[in-house]
Amino acid sequence: MEKNALPSTLIDLKSCDRSFGLEVNERSGETVGLCWHCRTCAGGCPYVKAMDYHPHAVFRLVQLGLRKEALESSTIWICVSCNTCSIQCPAAIDIPAIMDALRHMAVEEGVKIAQPEIVKFHEEVLGSIERYGRTHKLEIMMRYKVRMRQWFQDMDLGLKMLRRRKLDLTPSKIDRPEEVSGLFTGTAENGKH
Amino acid sequence: MGSIEKIDLSYFPGCSLATTAKESNQSLMKVCEKLGLNLIELEDWNCCGSSSAHSMDQKLAFRLAARNLSLAPSDRALLVMCPTCLHRLKLAQKVISEKPEARAQEEARWGRPIDPGLKIVHFFEVLSGVEPSRLEAALVRPLRGLKCVPYYGCMLARPPSLRKERNYHGLIEKILISLGAESLSWSFSARCCGTFLSAARPDIAVPLVNEIIGGAVKAGAECIVTACAMCQLNLEIRCTLKDRIPTLHFSEILAFAFGAKGSTKWFRRHLVDPMPLLKAKSLIP
Repeated sequence: MEKNALPSTLIDLKSCDRSFGLEVNERSGETVGLCWHCRTCAGGCPYVKAMDYHPHAVFRLVQLGLRKEALESSTIWICVSCNTCSIQCPAAIDIPAIMDALRHMAVEEGVKIAQPEIVKFHEEVLGSIERYGRTHKLEIMMRYKVRMRQWFQDMDLGLKMLRRRKLDLTPSKIDRPEEVSGLFTGTAENGKH
Repeated sequence: MGSIEKIDLSYFPGCSLATTAKESNQSLMKVCEKLGLNLIELEDWNCCGSSSAHSMDQKLAFRLAARNLSLAPSDRALLVMCPTCLHRLKLAQKVISEKPEARAQEEARWGRPIDPGLKIVHFFEVLSGVEPSRLEAALVRPLRGLKCVPYYGCMLARPPSLRKERNYHGLIEKILISLGAESLSWSFSARCCGTFLSAARPDIAVPLVNEIIGGAVKAGAECIVTACAMCQLNLEIRCTLKDRIPTLHFSEILAFAFGAKGSTKWFRRHLVDPMPLLKAKSLIP
C-alpha cells in the first residue's frame, strides 16, 4: 500500500471526533468536505516526498475526524503555502488556509509537533519582528542554529554571505517598535478578524 | 503611462529588499527612475509577517499587514516588489474591505484610517503598463546573445480567493526578449524555491534547488532571471551542483540593460558571480 496516501491501520470509529471537521472549516473559512481525493494536490506539490501524508490525505484524516493523526502529521509543517496545489485543485479549495488552521490548532492543543525545528524557526522569525518590527536574518539564523544545536551547519555559508554583505550585522528597525511589539502581548482580546 | 511626467508611488520594500537583496532594491530604484516613476518609501513600514506569522498566528499576520495598510496614503498606489509581501497585504486588504468590523478595529488600533480601495500593485503590473516604445528608448545596453530562463517560483500561484485577479505570466519572457536577450522555455519556471525550508530544513531545499538549476542548465540557459528576492537567495545558497549558473534579479537585468551606473557593485554581492558570464558575452568590458 502506498505509504503516505491514506491511514494504513484500521480506523476505530469510536475514536473519530465528528466536531473536528467543522472546527477546521470554521477556522479556515473553507470546506474540507469538498475534497474528493483526486490527488491532484499531491501530484503538483514539490514537497510530498518530505511529508508523512499527502495534502489530500490530511484532509481525509480531517473528514474522518482523526484529530490527533491530522494535527500530529508532518505535512502541516512541511507545507510552505506556495499555493501550487490550490491553483490546481478542481474543487478550488484553499489548501494552505486549511494547513494554517491545522497548524494553529496543533500549537493551541499542545499535541506532539512533528516538525519542532520548523516551529522553532517560525518562533525566531516572530521574535525578530517583535524586537525590531522587521526580520533580522543574521540574528534569526544564529539563534536558530544555537537552539537546534547545529553550531557549525551553514557557518561557511554565513561567512560567505557576510563577506558579500548579503547579511547585515545590525537589524533594520522600525521607528515605533512599540506599535508592533504591542501585538505580541495580550493579543487575546479581540475575536477572529 | 507613457507620458513624460513623473508618477508618484508609495513603495513597500519588505525585509529582503531592505537587507539581503539590497542589489534588487538599488536596481529597482534605477529602473523606476528611467521609467519616470517616483518611489516614496512607505513611512515606518513593518515586516508583512512573511510565512511565519500566518503559520503560527492568524490574527498577528492580519494585524502586521493591516499596520502597513494604515500607513499608506490613499492618493497614490502602493508598489510592492516581493511576491509574499504583496500576497499578505492583499489578503489583509480583502478582509478589511469585506468585514467592516475588522476595518474599524484596525483603524482604532492604529489611530489611522485604512482605505479599503488602496491600489496595491506589484512591479509587474506597473511594468506591463509601460509602453514598448518607452522600454525601447531606455534600452542602451542590449543583452544580445544572453540565454536566460524566466523563473517565477510560486508568484503566479495564488489562493482561490485571489484567483480571478490578473496575473502576469509571460511578462519576464516578454521583457527579456525586448531587451535583446534570449528567453528559453523550461520545466521549472513555476516550481517553488523552498522558501523558509531553505533555512529550517536545508535537507529538503537542496534537492529541490538542484532540480531547478539542473533543469535550467539542461535547457541551455546561462542564467536564471527571477522577480523574487527569496527565490534568488535560495537558488544561490542551496545549490550543490558543480555546474552552477548565476541567478539575476529581474530589476538588475532591467537596470543593467538601461545602462544604469553601479551595476557591477550589485553583481559583486552575488554568491554565484554573474560577471564572468557577462564578460564572456561582451556585455561588460
